Amino acid sequence: MTFTLFQSIWSIVVLVTFLGIVVWAYSGKRKSAFDEAAQLPFEDNPVTDNNNTSSE
Amino acid sequence: MTNTETYNYKVVRQFSIMTIVWGLVGMSVGVLIASQLAWPVLNFDIPWLTFSRLRPLHTNAVIFAFGGSALFACSYYVVQHTCHVRLAFPALAAFTFWGWQVVILLAAITLPLGITSSKEYAELEWPIDILITLVWVSYAVVFFATIMKRRVKHIYVANWFFGAFIITVAVLHLFNSAALPVSLWKSYSAYAGVQDAMVQWWYGHNAVGFFLTAGFLGIMYYFVPKQAGRPVYSYRLSVVHFWALVFTYIWAGPHHLHYTALPDWAQSLGMIMSLILLAPSWGGMINGIMTLSGAWHKLRTDPVLRLLIVSISFYGMSTFEGPMMAIKTVNALSHYTDWTVGHVHSGALGWVALVSMGAMYYLIPRLFGRELYSLRLVEVHFWSATIGIVLYIVSMWVAGIMQGLMWRAVNSDGTLTYSFVESVQAMHPYYVVRTLGGAFFLLGAVIMAYNLWRTIADAKPVEVEIPEPAGAH
Repeated sequence: MTFTLFQSIWSIVVLVTFLGIVVWAYSGKRKSAFDEAAQLPFEDNPVTDNNNTSSE
Repeated sequence: MTNTETYNYKVVRQFSIMTIVWGLVGMSVGVLIASQLAWPVLNFDIPWLTFSRLRPLHTNAVIFAFGGSALFACSYYVVQHTCHVRLAFPALAAFTFWGWQVVILLAAITLPLGITSSKEYAELEWPIDILITLVWVSYAVVFFATIMKRRVKHIYVANWFFGAFIITVAVLHLFNSAALPVSLWKSYSAYAGVQDAMVQWWYGHNAVGFFLTAGFLGIMYYFVPKQAGRPVYSYRLSVVHFWALVFTYIWAGPHHLHYTALPDWAQSLGMIMSLILLAPSWGGMINGIMTLSGAWHKLRTDPVLRLLIVSISFYGMSTFEGPMMAIKTVNALSHYTDWTVGHVHSGALGWVALVSMGAMYYLIPRLFGRELYSLRLVEVHFWSATIGIVLYIVSMWVAGIMQGLMWRAVNSDGTLTYSFVESVQAMHPYYVVRTLGGAFFLLGAVIMAYNLWRTIADAKPVEVEIPEPAGAH
């Protein structure tokens, strides 16, 4: 296999992989899991989020 | 249910405070060298004070000292909060802080002395490069070990961006800094000729793509939703954004070498991949800004949120300008002119610095259990910074396009219309305006430093308990 052929096949593999990711990300099955994931930053509740001015 | 384990805020506090300190240092040097270009007498005929020695000091200070500290601080904070665990390997995390500060000090000593490998954004000589490698590998170990012991199943998207930034910068640094030392402070690149140039700009552009973009997108994907109080606009878009960015950025380097000895096909490939990059960049920008959809009114009352959203707008603007400048015919006009300098600063001041400053306004009060001292001062900072950026980039657009046009102008007999020095002379007013813009931006940073100092002046560091992950997944 020549290097050029290898490069061509690799480019197609990478492109198909990427398109696969897009299809996966937008599939209906993932929706609830992603909605849950988007809430991850809000699961903690540091003191100052409650307008407490200090921790004493 | 309570958990007695607390977050490791110490290392986050250390990096946050040094972000502010190095920001002031790096931006002050920036204003000094901008003044030197406007008024060359300010070089004072002292070798270590000349533009040529201070310019790499400025770039290293703002990118790696200011930006780097912000990235360390934010990634350490975000990974703990979104994984519900304490940072892994506290001693190693402490080493990343002190090691990184030593790297910065060594840079601040060697660069003014003229010790440089002369590779842009990789000027530091080989002993410092080895220390950087040690710190960076430790950073990767701390970060990924924390991910591995996470107590939630999903790895939040911000951590994907931080992870990609850490891995890619490690690879870039190792390959581009490969060199043969001839003495303690002198080495020669392992590559020669055009290969050396290509490796350098593969590194150089991905330093922009991963250090200055992916890492700061990680900041965006956590701090914008937090400050807005809303989840990211589209989580699936953020997944596609991540992979699109990772698949395309790595190819864009050749656009720094248009019309050079680099083979034509490589130049065209770099141009095409740079144009494709517009899609993930704008996908990410839209995702960040639209996080506010339904909560736009918050922009009126929350200057920190405004700082973050304007930073995303500048991200969108400079990632439109970048692909355009990568088009070979546009590049024929823009390359080697101040247009490039303006482009870099719309990204560096507008995007990287503003998003970091927004994150610091969020982070520092929380790390010390205090409310921010003054929102009015944030407001003043916001306007000072924005006016500064606009003055900077507009003056550089005019200067750059003017330079490009003067250099290519020919008389009917084929001779050049302008000598080079005439184009230098024509730059004076724009260099003055640029200095003014930089000074406005620096003023904003000083106001921020004062505001944050007043916030934490009499505060004690806080320990925050790690909450249980919500619900059973």
